[in-house]
Amino acid sequence: MPTLSGAEIIVRLLERQGIEFLAGIPGGANLPLYDALSHSTIRHVLARHEQGAGFIAQGAARASGRPAVCLATSGPGATNLLTAIADARLDSVPIVCLTGQVPSPMLGVDAFQEVDTYGLAIPVTKHCFLARSPLELLRIIPEAFRIAASGRPGPVLVDLPRDVQTAMADFDEWPEPGRADGPPAPDAEAVERAAELLGDARRPLLLLGGGAARAGAHLAARSLAERFSLPVVCTLHGLGCLPTDHPLNLGMLGMHASKAANTVLEECDLLVAVGCRLDDRATGRLDRFCPDAALIHVDIDASELGKRRAPQASIAADAADALTSLARALDKRGGGVSRSAWLGRVVHVKERFGLRPPGLDDPRSAYGVLAAAARAAASIGVRADGRDVLVATDVGRHQMRTAQVWPLAGPGRLLTSGGLGTMGFGLPAAIGAALAEPGHPVICVSGDGSLLMNVQELATAVEQDARVKILLMDNGCLGLVRQQQELFMDGRVFASRFSARADYVALARAFGMRAFDLSEHGDPEAAMAEAFAASGPCLIRCPVEDEPHVLPMVPPGAANCEMICETENHDAMEVAHVHA
Amino acid sequence: MSMPDRNAPAALTGTVLELTVNNHPGVMSHICGLFARRAFNVEGVACLPLPGGEDPSGGLSRVWLLLREDERLGQIVSQVEKLHDVRETRVLAQGHPVFAALAGHLR
Repeated sequence: MPTLSGAEIIVRLLERQGIEFLAGIPGGANLPLYDALSHSTIRHVLARHEQGAGFIAQGAARASGRPAVCLATSGPGATNLLTAIADARLDSVPIVCLTGQVPSPMLGVDAFQEVDTYGLAIPVTKHCFLARSPLELLRIIPEAFRIAASGRPGPVLVDLPRDVQTAMADFDEWPEPGRADGPPAPDAEAVERAAELLGDARRPLLLLGGGAARAGAHLAARSLAERFSLPVVCTLHGLGCLPTDHPLNLGMLGMHASKAANTVLEECDLLVAVGCRLDDRATGRLDRFCPDAALIHVDIDASELGKRRAPQASIAADAADALTSLARALDKRGGGVSRSAWLGRVVHVKERFGLRPPGLDDPRSAYGVLAAAARAAASIGVRADGRDVLVATDVGRHQMRTAQVWPLAGPGRLLTSGGLGTMGFGLPAAIGAALAEPGHPVICVSGDGSLLMNVQELATAVEQDARVKILLMDNGCLGLVRQQQELFMDGRVFASRFSARADYVALARAFGMRAFDLSEHGDPEAAMAEAFAASGPCLIRCPVEDEPHVLPMVPPGAANCEMICETENHDAMEVAHVHA
Repeated sequence: MSMPDRNAPAALTGTVLELTVNNHPGVMSHICGLFARRAFNVEGVACLPLPGGEDPSGGLSRVWLLLREDERLGQIVSQVEKLHDVRETRVLAQGHPVFAALAGHLR
């Protein structure tokens, strides 16, 4: 019968949960927890801002697929975590956040560093707890991990008053670690109905989202696509479910898709949407999204089915289970429709309207440096054990360019803030990924606007010797904001340029990080290869001041077929209609 | 969340969502917060602890939410069912007498 303090109970439960490292910052209200942690085998990663700690946990969870942990003290510590928590909620990332709180008797009296963390957490977490006794922790902590990992994953917060951390408790045995519940089995009738629709469709299209990637449904999806002639589009988080160069793959859909992808969406008669929530960046104007198509919607979260568009068939299940059942039902049905005309059309559309990113051969241009970085990363990344490169991005033009051209061989390699679109995500997420998956090289593609939003984590990267290569696209402005002002605000560029420009190479070196400027190297490819081959973190600055817009682009609120596309002359824009 | 409309007794006969929930100080915040941020309108709320709750987290409560039926009811119900403190959900299309009893206190 152990007698332990609440703090010791938490740390032992984290150890039993298999947590190897966690990120956080100590403060008055979580000091007992930190004291207990000092006797633990768990490695503590000292972030330099709680938002950084939250995104380090996110990077670890996204890269490993397992729940990761972050810590913060009460008050400002907790509020600083909120952005990373909200980001995890929208992108369905399993993290467990432990926050210190003022002692229970002082709750509600506006004590020093007191804030209603529980109340603030409700709308941005999957679930949250306020611990009221050390014994209760034996139920709450495993439950937090179970909830974070089950079904559609998400963030869970546990608020820990200081007296709950210090109070002693006797108990008889440790609880089992919290594990994900088994997913619901696909409903046979729903699968049958979906198989009927898919069997009869002449122009079906498969849409794969983050849920498909996370469920490991990429093999089932590929098999379904190849056997039943379904071209494939992916959401930002679904990218990699099909290899980038697979003939059926049309890449990303929506705002910055190729015109080919959005054309095929326009023409399909059935959309099989798997593990995605049909958000506005993917669908464009909803009433003109896939106008001629029926919808089969597969999602493990039943509340997504019918949230944005009423499906003709829906399956609330794990994506891999659902696709396997669907293929089996189609096999049993037999026969089927010839889809050679549809596949021929897709080949034609891809040839005519595929992405042609400018400057891909020039390693000093925005697209070209990505291609060069991908080559450099691949040269050291693909190893005998098959582990390949993880690429984290920030938010902005560099993010969309990465989504457009980075070659992905498998799902879950692109770590990016999709739903919340949080600038400052990239660097701490890359650190978390590098610590959770030390065998993988990690590249962080960022912009100067984004990097500045969590620039203090350069110190954490150096301190942890994280194998993170930061590719900094430095254009001295908030590029995607400027692009939208130029395109949609009649060219009135306002508040989106930096007149004070930082010397990022010197800045990285000031933190003790290796850094160099790509523009000062005669052979950028060789310089990049050298940076990737070295151990530890490194910043590679690539100036990209005079780059054209990220195109194609669907104006916000417009239909996906109303894309602004490149012409021969990059300065001139045209609005191209699919059926024009 | 709107207050009940005193001049419209018809508002007391809408669909009622009957929930069995964990009884702890934060549970109403979870439910009300969900309705507020998803812009679902609630016409009336009643809540009482259930007798004989032996749950380690502090027993169970029953909550009745009076809703105006619209095409989003299914979506409301599936969002409410995702709340971890909600144990059971029932949709009572014929309403529930608790609101008629409460209405007597409005005069």
